Amino acid sequence: MTGKRLLYLIPFILVVVLGFFFNRALNNDPSLLPSTRLDQKVPVFQLPTLKQPDQSFSHEQLKGPLLLNVWATWCPSCRIEHPILMELAKSGIHIVGLNYKDERTAALQYLQNHGDPFRVNIFDQNGDLGLDLGVYGAPETYLIDGNGVIRYRHVGVVSEQNWRELLWPKWQQMGGTHNGINSGG
Amino acid sequence: MALIAADEGEFVKNRAGLIPVWLSCWALLFSVQAAATIDAYEFNNMEEESRFRVMVAELRCPKCQNQNIADSNAGLAKDIKDRVHKLIQEGKSNSEITDYMVERYGDFITYRPPLNPTTWFLWFGPLIIAVLVGVGLLLRKLRSDAESDPTITTAQEQKVKDLMQKLEQSDQ
Repeated sequence: MTGKRLLYLIPFILVVVLGFFFNRALNNDPSLLPSTRLDQKVPVFQLPTLKQPDQSFSHEQLKGPLLLNVWATWCPSCRIEHPILMELAKSGIHIVGLNYKDERTAALQYLQNHGDPFRVNIFDQNGDLGLDLGVYGAPETYLIDGNGVIRYRHVGVVSEQNWRELLWPKWQQMGGTHNGINSGG
Repeated sequence: MALIAADEGEFVKNRAGLIPVWLSCWALLFSVQAAATIDAYEFNNMEEESRFRVMVAELRCPKCQNQNIADSNAGLAKDIKDRVHKLIQEGKSNSEITDYMVERYGDFITYRPPLNPTTWFLWFGPLIIAVLVGVGLLLRKLRSDAESDPTITTAQEQKVKDLMQKLEQSDQ
């Protein structure tokens, strides 16, 4: 008899277990991959800058605290986050752009049209640095500390909310200046 | 676009004859062929080529999930293919190439996940479940064997006989 009663429990247990996994799947975006580069130094690279093709920029110059923003003109989401980057730059946050697999003229035109929040732009036409960083889509934003160590990676658009809740606390943790959107709150 | 523009220029210059038209047709034909072989990689030997095929089939595209980089048309998949090709040319072994990619994109990139604390259930889960089910079935079998052992008293046996007799009588 008890065996039979246990048998009736099986559907119930199944529902609970499946519910647990479904709930996890709901709250877990499978397209967000963890970065393998966290707490590691920026990979070694030497690439030209966007504005000066003959001037090279290397990993040694990538010492923060700074934001490394991976962007391209072919990336529609980058357009969405552009105003936020402008605002962050205005408040004094050091942003370096990684112009990823883009055309130089298109990128320069884009910055002219929409404003330029970047102190400097690394021009990675072949996506070499992108591959070494583990970039799998633009936009991505990396937090790099004073020693050139990657402290955080944000995949997707930096929204005001993202900045306030995710990036800003990390930014402060790594000794970033007390600037930014809603820094008072 | 550039090619077509150049051909038109040629055509205008030699408007007199039809030959340039034919030439540009030929040029177009070959340009299509060239575009089709953009993805082809050159290898020093067959062994390198077959290794390349294995590697691109075993690497998962981080952008277009659930596709390997051999099947994917994403720009990133092409970049990774290029890098795999380059690494093979540099004489790297398959496991070195896998490690190289895992270092950049994490375990996600390989269709052969390594054995570590986060993947042990993936590797041994099915085996554990199979063993549990097997043990469960065995226990059930043993129990039912023990329960179905037919033991009846003589009184019961007599009753059965009586019933059988009655049944036979009623049949006649």
